[in-house]
Order: sequence, then C-alpha cells, then structure tokens
Amino acid sequence: MDVELLSRLQFALTIGFHYIYPPLSIGLGVLLVAMEGTYLVTKAPVYQQMTRFFVRVFGLTFAIGVATGIVMEFEFGTNWATYSRFVGDVFGSALAAEGIFAFFLESGFLALLLFGWDKVGPRLHFLSTILVCLGAHFSAIWIIVANSWMQTPAGYHLVTDAAGRTRAEITDFWALVFNPSSVDRLLHTVVAAWSAGAFFVLSIAAYYLLKRRHEVFAQATMRIGLALAVVAALASLVTGDLSAKGVAKQQPEKFAAMEGVMEASGPAAVHVLGWVDEANRRVVGLEIPGLLSWMVTGDAAAPIPGVKAFPAKDLPPLNLTFQGFHLMVAIGVGLIALAVIGVALLPGGRLFRTTWLLRVFIVSVLGPQLANQLGWMTAEVGRQPWIVYKLMRTADGLSRVVTAPEVLFSLVLFTAIYLLLFVLFLYLLDQKIAHGPLDDDLPADARHRA
Amino acid sequence: MIDLPTLWFLFVGALLGGYAVLDGFDLGVGVLHLFSKTDEQRRIFLNAIGPVWDGNEVWLVTGGGALFAAFPDVYATVFSGFYIPMILLLVGLIFRAVAIEFRSKQPGAGWRRAWDRSFSVASVASSLLMGIALGNVIWGIPIGPDGEFSGSTLTLLNPYALLTGATTVALFAMHGAIYLVLKTEGDVQRMVKGWVNHAIIVFVIGYTTTTMATLIYRPEMTALIRAHPLLFALPVATMLAVANVPRSMHHGRHGRAFISSSAAVLGLFALVGVGMFPTLVCAADQARSLTIYNASSSPATLMIMLIIALVGIPLVLGYTISIYWIFRGKVKLDSMSY
Repeated sequence: MDVELLSRLQFALTIGFHYIYPPLSIGLGVLLVAMEGTYLVTKAPVYQQMTRFFVRVFGLTFAIGVATGIVMEFEFGTNWATYSRFVGDVFGSALAAEGIFAFFLESGFLALLLFGWDKVGPRLHFLSTILVCLGAHFSAIWIIVANSWMQTPAGYHLVTDAAGRTRAEITDFWALVFNPSSVDRLLHTVVAAWSAGAFFVLSIAAYYLLKRRHEVFAQATMRIGLALAVVAALASLVTGDLSAKGVAKQQPEKFAAMEGVMEASGPAAVHVLGWVDEANRRVVGLEIPGLLSWMVTGDAAAPIPGVKAFPAKDLPPLNLTFQGFHLMVAIGVGLIALAVIGVALLPGGRLFRTTWLLRVFIVSVLGPQLANQLGWMTAEVGRQPWIVYKLMRTADGLSRVVTAPEVLFSLVLFTAIYLLLFVLFLYLLDQKIAHGPLDDDLPADARHRA
Repeated sequence: MIDLPTLWFLFVGALLGGYAVLDGFDLGVGVLHLFSKTDEQRRIFLNAIGPVWDGNEVWLVTGGGALFAAFPDVYATVFSGFYIPMILLLVGLIFRAVAIEFRSKQPGAGWRRAWDRSFSVASVASSLLMGIALGNVIWGIPIGPDGEFSGSTLTLLNPYALLTGATTVALFAMHGAIYLVLKTEGDVQRMVKGWVNHAIIVFVIGYTTTTMATLIYRPEMTALIRAHPLLFALPVATMLAVANVPRSMHHGRHGRAFISSSAAVLGLFALVGVGMFPTLVCAADQARSLTIYNASSSPATLMIMLIIALVGIPLVLGYTISIYWIFRGKVKLDSMSY
C-alpha cells in the first residue's frame, strides 16, 4: 500500500473515532444547561440528580474526546506536512483561535463542572456549565471555519516564494471566517451534534423505562431529551437543505456525486435510493424526475450539471459519496419521525408505556452517530480528489519524508488503541448506566436514606 | 521596535513554556506515581491534578496551533521529520488522559494496577520524548535543500537529545513532587518530601551535564548573551531558582519552593530560547536552519493572530488563575473524586 492510501485511512480512522465524542459534548452540554437551569428554577430534586448523573457521563466522553483530539492537530504536521506548509498561514490561525477561545474555556470550567460541586455555589456552578457548553460550541465554530475553507476557499491569495514554493496567505480574515460554506455547514454540524446528545439521553432514559428502574428520573429525562431531539432533528433538515443548496452552487462535482446526477446537463431527479454504476455512469434505483432541479432552483426543468460535465480526474468516488449522503438523509428523516411520534405520545405519559417505541428509542442513539459519520464522509470524500478544493490535490499534500512502513506502523497502533478505547468506553458507559443515578445525587433533603 | 516574527517567537515560547510549567508538574506526578504504595495515596495524587491536568494540556494544543499558524514550515518539518517519536508522544498523551479518567471507574486491584502503570509509563515516555525533541532542535538535525528533514528516527536518538530527554524527566519529577507536597498532608506529605530530595539531586546532575555539553558542543548558544551582557542575568537567575528549591523546602516554605521550581522550568526554557534566537530549528548545515524569518507566516497573518492573542490571553490567564484559586489547598477525597 502507498503512503497516500495509508495516510488517508489513518486520517479517516482517527477523525471518525474522534468524532464520536465532540457531538456528545456539544449536545450533552446543551442538555446539562437545560437540566441544571431547570433545577435552579424549579428546585425539583430530580433535575439535580439528572445533572449530576449526566455530568459523570459527560466527563467520560469529554476525556476520550480530548485524548483523541490532540491526535488530529498533530496529524496535520506528521502526515500532511506539505498541506500544512501550503495552508498554515490560513488554516493555522483558525486552529490557534480554537485553542485560545474554545479549549481553555472548556477545559477550565470543566474542572468546576466535574469537581466544583462543593467548591462553588450553585449559580457559579451553573455558570460553569454554561461556559463549558459555550466552549464546546466555540470549538465547533473554529474547526468548521477551517474545514469550510478547505471546501470553499476565500479571503486568501496564492504567493510563490523565491524557491518556487506556493502557499495560500490571508488577505481578508473575515472573508476567510465567513467563507461561502462556513455558516451553513456550522449550523448543520451543530444541530446534528444536538441530535447526538438528545438521542443519547433518550436511549438511556428509554432503557430505564423499559426496565422499570429510576422511573421518575427517566420520565423527566425523556421530556428534556425529546424537546431537544425534536428541535434538532427538524433543524437538521432545514440546515441540511441550506448546505446542500450551497454545495450545488459551490462544489458542483460533489453535488452531482451526492445526488447521482449523471447527465452533463438537463433536469435532474431525486433518487430516493439507488446504486451508482461508476463505470457506465448511471444510477440504478428509484427516482422522482425533476424534483432535484425544482428543489435547487424552484424550476423542475432547470438544468443541473452532472458527473459527465466534469473531467474524470476532478471527480470524487461516486458511489461512496452517493450512499453516504443518501443514508444520512434517510437516518435524518427517521429521527424526525421518531422525535415527532415521541412528542405526540407524551400527553398522559403514553410514551412511557409504549414498549416497542421505547425499544426503538434505545437503539436510536446510533442514528445521529451514524448520520454524523456519514455526513462527514460525504463532505470529505465528496471533496476528493482535492484536499483544498481546486487549489491542492490530496496526493500533493502528503508529508514528503514519511514512508509507507512508518504510516502502516502508526495506523496499526492507532487501530489497536482505538479499539481498546472503544471497548472500554462502552464497558464503562454500560457500568454507569447499570449503576444509574445515585441517591447521593439528590439534594440532601430529598435523599431516601440519610 | 520589535518585529512580528520576534513577537511570535516570544508568544509561541510563552505558550510552550507555560505548558512546561503547568503540564510539567502533572507529568511529574505521573513519573512518581508508581513510587506510591497504597490505593489511597494514588487517588490523592490523581485528584491533586484531576481538576487541572486537562487545562494544562491545552497549553500544548494551543502552542502547537500557534506554531502551525505562525511558523508553518517548522511545524511541517519537525512533525513529519520526527514521525515515529511524535506518534509515540500521541500514544503517551492518550494513555495518560484515559488512565486518569478510567482508573477510578472500577474498584478491582488488577484494573487499577493496569491504569496506574499506563499512567506512569505514559508520563515518563511523554516527558522523555518532549525532552528528546527539544534536544534535537538545539543540537541540529539534518535538513535537505528542500527544507525537509533528511535523517532517520535513529538520528534523533543522539546522546545530547537523550541527555535533554532524561533531564526533562528529572525536572518534571522534581516539579511534580513539590506540587504534591503542596497538595498533601501528614504521612503522605512526609513520603513525598523524601522524593523531592532525590529528584533534586538527579535533576541537578542532568542540568549540570546538559549545561556543560551545550557550552562545549554548541557554543553558538551563548552568542546572544555575549552580545547583550544584560542577558547574563537569565542563567544566573535560573541557577538561583534551582538553588532556592532545596533551600525553601528545608525551611518548610513549600509555596516558595514550587514558585522556584516553576521559575527554574521557565528559566531553562527561556535560556533555550535566548540561545536559539532567531533560529527555531538548527540544521546540521546552518544555512538551512529554520528561522523566524524564513519559516514564518505572512505579516498579515501574524498581525491577525496578534489581535486574537491580545484578546484571548487575558481571558485565558483569568480562567487559569481562577481555577487554580478555587481548587487551592489540600486534596480531600469525596464521592465525585477519581
């Protein structure tokens, strides 16, 4: 295997594994603010118990997120050094801003969130929860800005030095930050992260309801989780639509691959499902003619440039991009349905007795996780063969001095370690769930035993 | 008037120096972890660094980001050139982080022993690798005409780098032991005080040997001090800070001992900076050395980041100081502890 394939596999593995955790931090962050805020307003003991229980879970997911996040930053230098030289002037600033504005905030106040219960008063603790939640969101902002710049570069110019090496340099910082895709993609990513948090707590609560354990806790958790789930799932649809329209305009090759539009020009169909025959440039499946043209332009007859309109060397892997996108959308629609049904069955607590639905909620935790992975796969695979769209090809971004055996060594090492971490994470999470919310988590006067 | 690359040399130096002072003590706690005997002692140690280690590591993440942004060619050449050590450093940092979090989650002796060992080995390895990387940057690495590292992993394991690596481990162990003295009481504190004495001796041997090796083999490291005699105050102050560590410990002024060892860490790091300036990575062929001028980002970027830094740094210092203030005092184990 060559260095490029190995480095790409390693990046895919390390980012894919890392990305299980930040959405949980973002989504749980919002929920913790809601839970602790509700406790401070209502003083209902169950909300304090809920906050403390999920803070412990948050601590676990956060630790793995931090441990695997530092790998991402280093990997730009270790495996993608040529890319780093090319983009450092632009991309590095966003990373540095992430460190200064997000990570310090998050990690500092996390200490109070986890260990500060007896060190500070309830208001200051609540403030810490809010700041950790904000920090998680800030970090999303900067990394999405950096990634969006790779999709739709703006606010830069190319400069070639005396030695003949070219790099991108900033000309307009705000044009870089608000590059054409950053806002749409940020919104879509953040609401998808809320979904990850919401269905995560719903899954745990549904499990308790099904087992008839901690029922007061579980019902209250269900209500808070469903409120966020419904907002997040619906918002994913809206922001996803905005993002897709952006892609249609800014990265037509990716859009054609996502939607399976093959003909060079002409009205385009939406494929409900399908399989891309890459060799013959056709899609087998169920399609609704003209719908895509109408969704993008408002006119069912409007032409959408398809795969055949672009040189083969500028096209991403077609079927992978297509399937990633379609599966993500299907899961997203499923999550909307689930959240809406859940809310509809809330009055009178019917939801809490509907066994089959609780079972669906238990596995629903996988939905946003899969959709997040698939969405990112679509975005990144769909950008290929470019590492920075239209500016640098992925193959040209590699480290020049790193050899295939070295990358193979690190890839095997990361695979083994991440498998171990994942198994341990699931085991510890399972233990925490089995252990359940503790009596100690209730305010002193509401505990069952002294 | 100071120019932008120089300013960023100082900023990146301040971030990495801050990292050395802060994560230095929690890495040092890891180095010493296996010397403790009981589960309760180990829990006290982990809870002593529990609320702060993660924030400390952010200094490295931000320092790395600032290096990437301000001196992308240094970041690219060093990180890709030091591929295997960098990967091992990452593995070390991963295991440290999860060991701290995972250890307390199960009561079993085997489980805890495994994470104790992970934490300690990972802390030693991380400190050693960072020391080795720093040593190589000072000693000089082979750099080709294209600006890329042209040696191998074995090139990096030269005696000078191994010496700086070992000295770093000893320095962090001393620094960590003093931190533990501050956070413990009674018998545990008496035990930890004994470690401080040993760590000081090992560190002073490493410090003296490294200084001699640097003066003999890399005399250019003194050029800036010779040109600006006032800078001679820096090595003197560093030496006094080191000497003040055992003195303060002897008088039972643990806070002062910790401030002295922090000053020693910073002083040593600053000495490296003064010795190297304006070079960031010495090349075996000096014409190819990466300097703050030939490896930096554009003035526009350095200016934008300067604004980001000026807005951000007061906030960062504010949080850091508040968190340390809130968690001051001796460790008390409770239900939310590790």
